[in-house]
This record gives sequence, C-alpha cells and structure tokens, in this order.
Amino acid sequence: MSDNSMHSGIVSPKGIWWVPAAPQERKWVIVAFIWCMILFAMMPLWHLRGGQNPSGIRAKVSAADYEARVNRFIEEHKVGEDKGVPIVAPPPGSDVYLLGRMWSWSPILKLKKDTEYTLHLSSVDLNHGFSLYPVNINFQVVPGYDYGLKVTPSKAGEFSIICNEFCGIGHHLMVGKVIVEE
Amino acid sequence: MNSISNLAAKFRTCPVTGLKVDRTAENLIKVNAVVAVVCLLLGAVAALLIVLTRWQAVHLLPAEWYYRLLTSHGLNMLIFFIIFFEMAVLYFAGPVLLNCRLPAPKLGWVNFGLMVIGMIMVNTMVYTGKADVTFTSYPPLMADPMYYLGIILFAVGALLVTFQFMATLVVAKKEKTYEGSIPLVVFGALTANIIAIITLLHGALIFIPAFLWSLGLMNMDPQIYRLVFWGLGHSSQQINVAAHVAIWYLLAGLTCGGVVLSEKVSRAAYVLYILFISMASAHHLLVDPGFGPAWKVWNTSYAMYLAVLASMIHGFTVPAGVEMGLRLRGYTNGLFEWLRKAPWGDPGFSGMALSVVIFGFMGGITGVTIGTEQINIIAHNTLRIPGHFHVTVVGGTALAFMAVTYYVLPLIFQKRVAFWGLAKLQPYLFGIGISIMGMGMIFQGIFGVPRRHWDITFSGALFPVEFHPAVTFFQAVMGIGGIIAFTGALAFILIAVVTVFFGKTVTEADLKSGASGLPQGVLKLPPQVHTGAHVVKAHETGARGTVVLVGIFFVCFVLYYFTNWKILSFLWKVG
Repeated sequence: MSDNSMHSGIVSPKGIWWVPAAPQERKWVIVAFIWCMILFAMMPLWHLRGGQNPSGIRAKVSAADYEARVNRFIEEHKVGEDKGVPIVAPPPGSDVYLLGRMWSWSPILKLKKDTEYTLHLSSVDLNHGFSLYPVNINFQVVPGYDYGLKVTPSKAGEFSIICNEFCGIGHHLMVGKVIVEE
Repeated sequence: MNSISNLAAKFRTCPVTGLKVDRTAENLIKVNAVVAVVCLLLGAVAALLIVLTRWQAVHLLPAEWYYRLLTSHGLNMLIFFIIFFEMAVLYFAGPVLLNCRLPAPKLGWVNFGLMVIGMIMVNTMVYTGKADVTFTSYPPLMADPMYYLGIILFAVGALLVTFQFMATLVVAKKEKTYEGSIPLVVFGALTANIIAIITLLHGALIFIPAFLWSLGLMNMDPQIYRLVFWGLGHSSQQINVAAHVAIWYLLAGLTCGGVVLSEKVSRAAYVLYILFISMASAHHLLVDPGFGPAWKVWNTSYAMYLAVLASMIHGFTVPAGVEMGLRLRGYTNGLFEWLRKAPWGDPGFSGMALSVVIFGFMGGITGVTIGTEQINIIAHNTLRIPGHFHVTVVGGTALAFMAVTYYVLPLIFQKRVAFWGLAKLQPYLFGIGISIMGMGMIFQGIFGVPRRHWDITFSGALFPVEFHPAVTFFQAVMGIGGIIAFTGALAFILIAVVTVFFGKTVTEADLKSGASGLPQGVLKLPPQVHTGAHVVKAHETGARGTVVLVGIFFVCFVLYYFTNWKILSFLWKVG
C-alpha cells in the first residue's frame, strides 16, 4: 500500500505490500504484545507467589484400587454418618480421599481450619466435576486418574460439593459435603 | 462458439461487483446456506427450551429432555449451522472472489451429500435418545455407534471441501484470474481453511477411535479423549474466528468502503492464528489431573498469547479500516463523525459492528481471563464458560454470519431481502439479546452456578444447597436475554427463508431505483480503491477515533483481568 492509495479487503494488493505499518498501528501492536507478555508472566509468577494453583500430585489409578483406598480411609477415620454417608475426620496434614460416582460424593470430610490436607479426587465411573460451594473451587474429576491437591481451608463452616460435569440423568442430585471446624 | 456458450452456462456476471460467478459454486453456496439455516432453526428452538429450563422460575423441561436438547443445541449450533455456513463462505471466498471456476464441481455435491447424511444421522440418534452425551460426549459416557459414524461422515465431507478450496487457489493462480496477491478476505478464508484441516484431522483422530470403542473394539482413556477432543472442539471455534474476521473485512469493504490499513500486519496476524491456535485444547484441561503446570501454562497461552495478540490486532485494524474508509469518503470532522455517519441502518454494517464489539469486548476479555491457568479454578464448568462462548460464538461468529447473509441474499441468491424493516432491527435484537444472556450467565458463574445442570435448586438431593439470592436476579437476566436473542434468531430465519423461497428477484431497475430490501452497499458499492490527495491526508490523520476506542477496550481488559486474580486470591490455598 503506497501513501497515495488504499484498498479494501476484497481487492488484490498489487506490488510489494510488505512495508512498515503506520505509526498508530505499530504502537498498538507493541502495546498488545507487551500486554500478552504480562498475561503470560502472571501464570509462572502465581506459581511462585500465589496460593492457588491447579498443579497437584497426579497419578493414574484404577477404579478398583481407588475405591479400596477410599474405603480404607473411611474405616480408619470414620466418626459418624449423615443420611447414610460416612463422616470422616482425618488427622491434620494427612491425605484425604473423595470419591465421585453417579450420583454421590463420599465420604463427608471433616477438616480443621488453617490446616493443610492433600485432597485426592477420582471417579469410579464417569467424569465428574468437583465444585466447592460457596468457595467456588472447581476441579475436573476423571476416572482412572488421581488428582491430589494440597488444600488449606481458610474458613470454618459447612460447604457443599456440587457436581459440575454432566454425568447422566441424576447429575443434579450429586451433592456432597465438607465440614470445616475451628 | 461452443466454448463461449459453455462459458456462459458456467458463469454469470454480477451486476453489482462485476465479478464472474461460477454457477456450481453459486449453487453450492445456496444449498449449504439453506441447510445451515435449517440447523440454526433446530438449534434455536432447543436454545429457547433450554434457557427456559435453566431459568428456575420457569423450569420447563424434564431432566431427560433438558440434556437431550442441550446435546442437540450444541451440535446443531456449534457444528452443523456453523460449518455448513463456513462451507458456503469457502465456496464464496474461493471461486467468486477470485473470479475463477470451481475445480471438481461434482465433488462439491458429494461433499454436501456426506455432510447432510452425517447431520441427519447425528440428529436422529440424539432425538431418539441414543446419544444423551452432550456436545462433548466424554467417555466413558457412550452414545450409539451411529452417532460417532454420523460425525465422521460429516467431518469427511467438510474436509473434502477444504481440499477443494485449496484446489481453487491453485486453479485461480494458474489461470491468472487475479493480479498480485490474493485479497485479504481470501487470505482470511485460507487461514480458516488451514485451521479447519488441522481441526478436522483432530476430529478424525478422536471420533474414529470413539466409534471403534462404541463397537467394543478398543479401549478409550477418558483423559486422552478430552485432550484430543478439544483439539477438535476448541480449534473448530478458531475456524470460526478466522472466518468471521474475514467476514468483518469483507463487510467493512462492502458496506462503507473500509480499507486495509496494512496488508502486512493483518496477514501476519492471521499467520499467528494458524501457528498457535490448536494449542487452545489446553483451555479445557487447566484443572484436569492428566497434565502438569508447564504444559498447561505454555499451551493455554498459545505460546505466550500470540494468538491473542492476533485477535487484538484485528480488533484494531477492522474498526480502524472502517474509520479510514469513512474518513476517505468525507466524514473527517472530529474523532467520531465517521462513527455517527456510519450506515447503522444497513444490517450488514450493524451486524458486523456489533459482532466486533461483542466478540472483542465481552468474549475476548472474558475468554483470556478464564483461560488463565489459575483463574480457571474459579471458572471451570461454571456458567461463566457458556456465558463466555455465547458472546464469542453467537455474538461474534453467528452475528457476523447473519450480517453477511444480508449481502449474500441479494448478491448470490439475487433476491431482495424480505421484511426489510425487520432486517434492519434484527442484528440489534440478536446482538443485544445474546449479550444480556451472556452477562446473566457469566455473573451466575461467578457465584459458582454450574453449567449443564438441570436443577440448581437440587430438589431431591441428599444435602440442600442454596445459591446466593443474587443468582435469582441473574437467572432472570439470562432468561430474558435468551428470549430476546431467540426472537432475533427467529427473525433472521424468517427473513432468510422467505427471501430465498418467496423473495422478489433483483432486477437492474431495482438497483437503479434503490428498491427496498437491498442494503446500501449493494445499491451503490462504495469505492474499494481510493487514490488521490485525500488519501495522503487520511494517512496523516490516521484512525484517531479507533485509538480512543481500543484505549477504552484495553483499560476494561486490564481491570477485568486483575479483578479476577484478586477474587482468586480470596480462595482457600490450593495447589
């Protein structure tokens, strides 16, 4: 495009069009580029400085093995039951296990505030979605994979676990519970 | 003599643009566009019923039909409507804009046949309840084998069309039907075409195994499926981006003589799309157990956000090109005279302009933010996700497709657009409706409301969950926005169908007298090439108004982005 002619996008450009852009456009490209680098830098930076990352400990696990591990976990630390779902109070700092299946989360976890746990998530049937309400923490739960996330509850109270990955007709019934004590 | 009459039978000359139009290409544009509209109707009816179910105050459908129609809505809109329409775009950008013949015309019909058969198979499976798997069909959730086969047939047909488009470029080059480089719009279509090939190969890579798995012939790893599926699922949205950006450039030229600021910059931006876009599969896997942080960070950022850079470039060059085009035509006062005097009554222009704004402002900003590795923790599978992609795919792509239809009807179908008064309103109705609905969804998502969920009152669940009272309000926003958008979609379908089947044919007299039902750019095509002293002056002024507009955009982007980091920091520590 020479200085004395301009054309639309449906016209074939003639001659050499690989020429420097006008100043405004050049500046915008530079601003946008710098912004993109900032966007990129934020993610590694948050891994270093931020408290919320989806890294986790990741491993493959068979449905049967995972279910057996959850059952052992329940047996060891069971403190009660609510509507047939076991309530489990694991020791501070330990590995805790949650199992998703159509259409329930088990067990109910009883955790201590400001204490770190490694929360393992997996499913024995379909994909499920771990969504902690009202904190709004969301993770994908994939059968065959163990996702171990270090979590530190920062508030006491009762929290719900909603399933937010479609898992069949009873998807909306799939609600679990986490209790955090002072 | 014989060859001349053959040529005459093969081509017609467009009275508006003077382009030579291949008749087979023209017919293929027509049939693909018509089937696209049929799919749009199926998807739109499902959309209304779904939104009236999610709006708990109405809660229309039973659970089974909610998920079934959700499946149908996703497939008919995201796959069938959009890809049939894109096939029409390819037949237009190839033979028509390059002024050449369509190679292997019969193949065009085979492709179309395959795609229609695939589409019918998939819809049959969905509506008979044999594929209640939603759009994503994540294994171990399984559909009938015929469902996967239908998608494969459809994809093969589409893949062959992309090859045919490549062949068209070769033919046009060989037969010297254009001088210089291919026009920017064709370059954009070529970009879409290349991304389509990459995408459809991913599709084959995942749906052929899924088909075999559904027949019991092989195993399927749910995590690998999610990875490769999104190589299809997300990249297919990038075909849309490349295609609708090409349409923005096309409509900028046709409606107001919008110019290309720099061929170099715009084309380089397209190349960035091709290079980095298929990495977007990672957007869907940010909180998945199968992948580590380095993989997630690198891929979700399209190798350091270079594809986002491309969109930010087009987001400047398209409005700036429009501004320059209008300044060249004399609207030079102040910052915004060009904007005030733009042809807002031309649905081709208003649809394009709204598409740029909705896609860029709402879709772009929300998309980049929720596609950030850590921020995804507060967004994954909440209503924020569909909120985001309804403003990109519907407010961006579908609206651009509707806008260009107002030019396709008179130029290709050679019909005057029916219900012209309604047509002028339609882009506003649709664009505003979908924006309101998107907002309603995004805000519900921020409160943690899940997507793809039949009943967020959780009636019958073991433990009660009650959402924040504000959710009720945003539900109504979503519902009302959805109804407005549906009305806009229905208006579009009505206009398109009545025009195609009962519309008045465009005559020379219509063009001269300025008959109703013909957009401004068709009645009097604005100059596509500007030369002279005023061009030098325009270069000096530049696109000042657009600089202000993108400045506002940039501030919103920065604010929204960092607000989300702030919200994230309030969460429990997790890692």
